[in-house]
Amino acid sequence: MAVAPRTPPKKRDWSWRSQAFRGLLYQIIAVLLIGGAAWFLAHNTAENMRIRGIQGGFDFLKSPAGFDIGESLFHFDSNDPYWKAFAVGVSNTLRVAIIGIILTTILGTLIGVGRFSRNGLVRGLCQAYVELFRNVPVLLQLLMWYLLFTELLPEIADARHIGPFFLSKGGLSFPVPEWSSSHYFTMLGGLIGLGAAWWWRGRTQKRFEETGQLGSMFLIPAAIIIAAALAGWVAGGMPTTWIVPKKGEFAVEGGGSLTPEFMAVLMGLVLYTAAFVAEVVRSGIQSVARGQSEAAQALGLSRGQEMQKILLPQALRVIIPPMTNQYLNLTKNSSLAVAIGYPDVVSISNTALNQTGRAVECIAIIMLVYLTTSLSTSFFMNWYNAKSAIRER
Amino acid sequence: MADTIIFQSLPARPAPIKTEGLIPWIRSNLFGSWQSSLTTVIVAGLLLYFLPQFFNWAVLTATTNNNADACRADGVGACWGVIKEKYRLILFGRYPFEEQWRPLVATLLMVGLVVASCTRVFWNKWLGVLWVVVLAGYFVLMSGGVMGLSKVTTDRWGGLPLTIMLTTISLVLAFPLALLVALGRRSHLPAIRSFCTIYVELIRGVPLISVLFMASFMFPLFMPQGVTIDVLIRVLAGITLFAAAYMAEVIRGGLQAMPKGQSEAAASLGLSYWQTQFKIILPQALAMVVPGIMNNFISLFKDTSLVTIVSMYELTGSLGLALNSDADWRPYKLEGYLFITGIYFAFCFAMSRYSLWIEKQVNKSKLR
Repeated sequence: MAVAPRTPPKKRDWSWRSQAFRGLLYQIIAVLLIGGAAWFLAHNTAENMRIRGIQGGFDFLKSPAGFDIGESLFHFDSNDPYWKAFAVGVSNTLRVAIIGIILTTILGTLIGVGRFSRNGLVRGLCQAYVELFRNVPVLLQLLMWYLLFTELLPEIADARHIGPFFLSKGGLSFPVPEWSSSHYFTMLGGLIGLGAAWWWRGRTQKRFEETGQLGSMFLIPAAIIIAAALAGWVAGGMPTTWIVPKKGEFAVEGGGSLTPEFMAVLMGLVLYTAAFVAEVVRSGIQSVARGQSEAAQALGLSRGQEMQKILLPQALRVIIPPMTNQYLNLTKNSSLAVAIGYPDVVSISNTALNQTGRAVECIAIIMLVYLTTSLSTSFFMNWYNAKSAIRER
Repeated sequence: MADTIIFQSLPARPAPIKTEGLIPWIRSNLFGSWQSSLTTVIVAGLLLYFLPQFFNWAVLTATTNNNADACRADGVGACWGVIKEKYRLILFGRYPFEEQWRPLVATLLMVGLVVASCTRVFWNKWLGVLWVVVLAGYFVLMSGGVMGLSKVTTDRWGGLPLTIMLTTISLVLAFPLALLVALGRRSHLPAIRSFCTIYVELIRGVPLISVLFMASFMFPLFMPQGVTIDVLIRVLAGITLFAAAYMAEVIRGGLQAMPKGQSEAAASLGLSYWQTQFKIILPQALAMVVPGIMNNFISLFKDTSLVTIVSMYELTGSLGLALNSDADWRPYKLEGYLFITGIYFAFCFAMSRYSLWIEKQVNKSKLR
């Protein structure tokens, strides 16, 4: 007697006790809570601003700022509007961040590699550097450098100088070439040289892949660029005038100059972040399998070649993500410049906030600037990371 | 007929050059090759040039006389007298002078508590009770107003007690928050996941100083009319939210490294979500990221120095407070900076050494 197979009872996939329902419930509660909190805060803010008579909005950006800024890449005076003051702040932040990132990468990599040196003294010194600089707050280091640059250097009147370089409480002055239109030729030559160097590198790479012959990937391209720039300079009529700083009565006049604030911020950020970058580089190199370095030695590569051609390229893949974090940290830490009066975007916003009382808008501008910089840096580094990742099948 | 070869032993080789001990170490590590020797000579030369100068300034010609005139005399190096004169202002900030035993005792209690929490003997169920008791004692001692202690408002708290308190409290609050956010970022519920992601990315994208500005300038606008929250609490909340975002990323790294089999096995045993997380996933994931979390703690300690920008006088701020307004001692700020550098260094270095120890402890299970 055949029993008709019973179909199992149909499972209800939607019930009060199902996971899907509870998930939905939790999410609704979360959205309501966060939305409610946001509404509460926004409502209070609007209410408070109405009672205290604070006006909102970004219209103040067009009114004259009424304060001077110590250093800026372009002309600014107190009649210029607020938005221009913020632009000066952003440019100052970017200036210190970009130069800082370049210097930190160089110094940090040198120190990180130095911890693998065969020389015990270099090894010890690099380790001592890392331990010392990363265990002291960066703000304290900035304040110390600022103190050194403003109190312990000689007065402007008897500035210390080596050749055309002057160093004093007023900052560092150095000669710059006088700008003339013929410098455009030099720049043009440099650009052409860059293109030619790119082409040369591509050709060398291709030849290496086809025939196995090694060619110069750095020295000859560098020579091409320099030669092209020189040729452009000659074609432009060889302008040789430099603006050399001279010691005036109250200040060192002429030439380019760096303020003590800028130098203190740069120095503090670079030395602090380099300690972290050194650790990143060290752990990256350590992550390369030991067999790689033994194989390099077996092939008879020198210690320098081994580091440059075997270890660093492989370590780079491990290094890039944490290195991105360090770059972002440096950029964000540049906001501490407000403590020593370097006019970065935080410092300008702080002044604007005190003058106009528009706390919400000024802090929003700070956050926006840093968010944009952070996100764009991490996009760039993600792209670079994807580019240098191992291409697997 | 075959020649018989008679075995003859080779003459003994000379004994190898000694490879252990000080002199062989120097030979291989300092003068291994000509490049190495050259480096040694240059580096040692620089060290021999600069270190004696520093030593001369900091020790030989230094004075510990707490008299500004003695420091101004010719040929005097470092003036450590400034520390002797001002150490109470530097260490305790604007806390009333006669009452400074209170922050001292409170801070010793708190440091004792933290050290106790770091040692194996105290890892039992009483630790939580101990925390509550000590924290209550800390705030009673610091703010007073009961048991015959005079009331001290929080704007007068300062110096090292403030630094240590900010670090400890925000650390204790940030850690559970970071756990939740890290779990939330890996949740299957899209709303919760996106809230956590936005929170972490937003906070990590802005500098701490802007969060502190927000806590001190914008927060009063957020509260309903008539409600004011002490600036110390606001700053504490700011630091906590900031630290939690970074910590959450570290913990998420650990969670991601967990093999999927672990949570599948937990599910097949019938464990609920929270049981799975707290009994299976987190214990293993946290053990993996101990160095990262300790790094977070260390940077939190250093970051507390930033509150000086929003006018709270913790260690860095109280140094400025002690020396900026005093014309006699102002020139010896460098000595003051070196003093607090020493304090920060000692704390951070101790934490990083502890991190190495605890790393060894949690990895014991892997070393069979």
